Amino acid sequence: MKSKLPALPYLIWMALFIVVPLGLVVYFAFTTADGQFTIANISQVGQYTGVLLRSIWLAAVATVLCLLIAYPLAFFLSRANYSIQRTLIMLVMLPMWMNFLLRTYAWMTLLETSGLINKLLGLIGLGPVQMINTPGAVVLGMVYNYLPFMILPLHSIMTKIENTTLEAAQDLGANWWQSFRRVVLPLSIPGIMTGVTMVFVPSISTFIISRMLGGGGNILIGDLIELQFIGSSYNPNLGSAISLVMMVIVLLCMSLFNQFDKSEREGIYG
Amino acid sequence: MKKRSSLFSKVYIAVVLAFLYLPIMVLVVFSFNQSKSRAVFTGFTLDWYQKLFHNEAIMSALLNSLIVAVISSVVATVLGTLAAVGIHAMNRRMRSMVMNLTNIPVINPEIVTGVSLMLMFVFLKMGFGLTTLVVAHTTFNVPYVILSVMPKLRQMDVFQVEAAQDLGCNPTQAFFKVVIPEIMPGIMSGFLISLTYSFDDFIISHFVAGPTAQTLPLAIFSMTRKKVSPEINALSTIMFVAILAVLLLINIADIRRESKKKRGVQRR
Repeated sequence: MKSKLPALPYLIWMALFIVVPLGLVVYFAFTTADGQFTIANISQVGQYTGVLLRSIWLAAVATVLCLLIAYPLAFFLSRANYSIQRTLIMLVMLPMWMNFLLRTYAWMTLLETSGLINKLLGLIGLGPVQMINTPGAVVLGMVYNYLPFMILPLHSIMTKIENTTLEAAQDLGANWWQSFRRVVLPLSIPGIMTGVTMVFVPSISTFIISRMLGGGGNILIGDLIELQFIGSSYNPNLGSAISLVMMVIVLLCMSLFNQFDKSEREGIYG
Repeated sequence: MKKRSSLFSKVYIAVVLAFLYLPIMVLVVFSFNQSKSRAVFTGFTLDWYQKLFHNEAIMSALLNSLIVAVISSVVATVLGTLAAVGIHAMNRRMRSMVMNLTNIPVINPEIVTGVSLMLMFVFLKMGFGLTTLVVAHTTFNVPYVILSVMPKLRQMDVFQVEAAQDLGCNPTQAFFKVVIPEIMPGIMSGFLISLTYSFDDFIISHFVAGPTAQTLPLAIFSMTRKKVSPEINALSTIMFVAILAVLLLINIADIRRESKKKRGVQRR
């Protein structure tokens, strides 16, 4: 029973389909089409700085919006009684099970210039507003698709905060802001961390939401990568270089965020 | 004060749920619309549903999705369960190394997993198709099986295996008669997670499917590019109803089991 052997097929599988492929990405990023070493691909990524910055910015905005919307919701849900909580959480999860292409398509039809929202605005005399093919539409798509990823971890951490803890804070003279700042917020930080990661990573790497809701003018890193592999400008070397840069950006952003979390905790316990 | 805040929380929950559901509801309503318009409702029809079921591309994509989901989930469940057992036997340092490896496809952006697998399949000269889809789906599914089986192994009473062996089981028998039944809930949930992830995956499949083997999400993608196709609305409606039905069934079964448990406790 105490044998490590059963893990062997898995280790071989993961070496073949995770480790070696990632190695290939690194190899392609640093070679030319005929296999010569080069850093031209990486330096070529520099000309897409605008796209990189836009991706980071839009993903950050979407993540903050998700946090602002999800935080009160998760708190209110965690205070409801058990059977109501259970039903509401199921309702939060249900749209997640629908393919994200269908959910994004739904917004595409709503936001169109001749779409339902503009029709309704027309009824009250407001002219058609350009909503689709804007950065705002892309952020909306991200928030709509990934909001449950923020709600669920926040909710699961907040159910562990006892009502008695909050009452104790109030008995000791804390107003609602103080009990939020000193009790609820510090206790929910692990949930915030998980939620932020789960929203930020798919947002910054998406390529369909931006294409469906952002038109051609709002392409993101994901679109750039996809174009090099599937699109007309087939160039896996450049595509690998962009992928590598994106992984580094994600790691940097997450470690920056972890740093912030650490100082926050030290501020509380130190 | 208390009352006002609870009213506010109810309104807030309702508004967020409306945000989550209104777009889907609009799709559902317009799936019954006679004209192709997505803003004006001109009359009731079931035409789009009929068209959907006669759409061969969609139907064969559905079949492909089912094939890929079932095969990759079964393979991932077997690989992952064995792996979990092996990892459980490792010492702390080795275990944390392997778990870091396991977490790579979970944390990495999906598009990177997709392109890296694409490069690998080109390198191995594997033609894109159902095989590459199954391999790719298995790869991103295994970690979820391991992550759901590991906690069950940790909870297991180690002496049970020893007891089985004292009573004459050889290690293999002990594994199948004691360990497997103990960790079965973890195996099942890993399998179900794999099925849903595989069935739902678009991003990774997009890079490893090639032009011929379409799965359902890939077929949906090519439909959305045509901009106007009310069949998508019909498909969304069917999927929404199916998911709702499955979730309701699971929930009802859960509630039944719990109330049974409660009654059992009371009787005692």
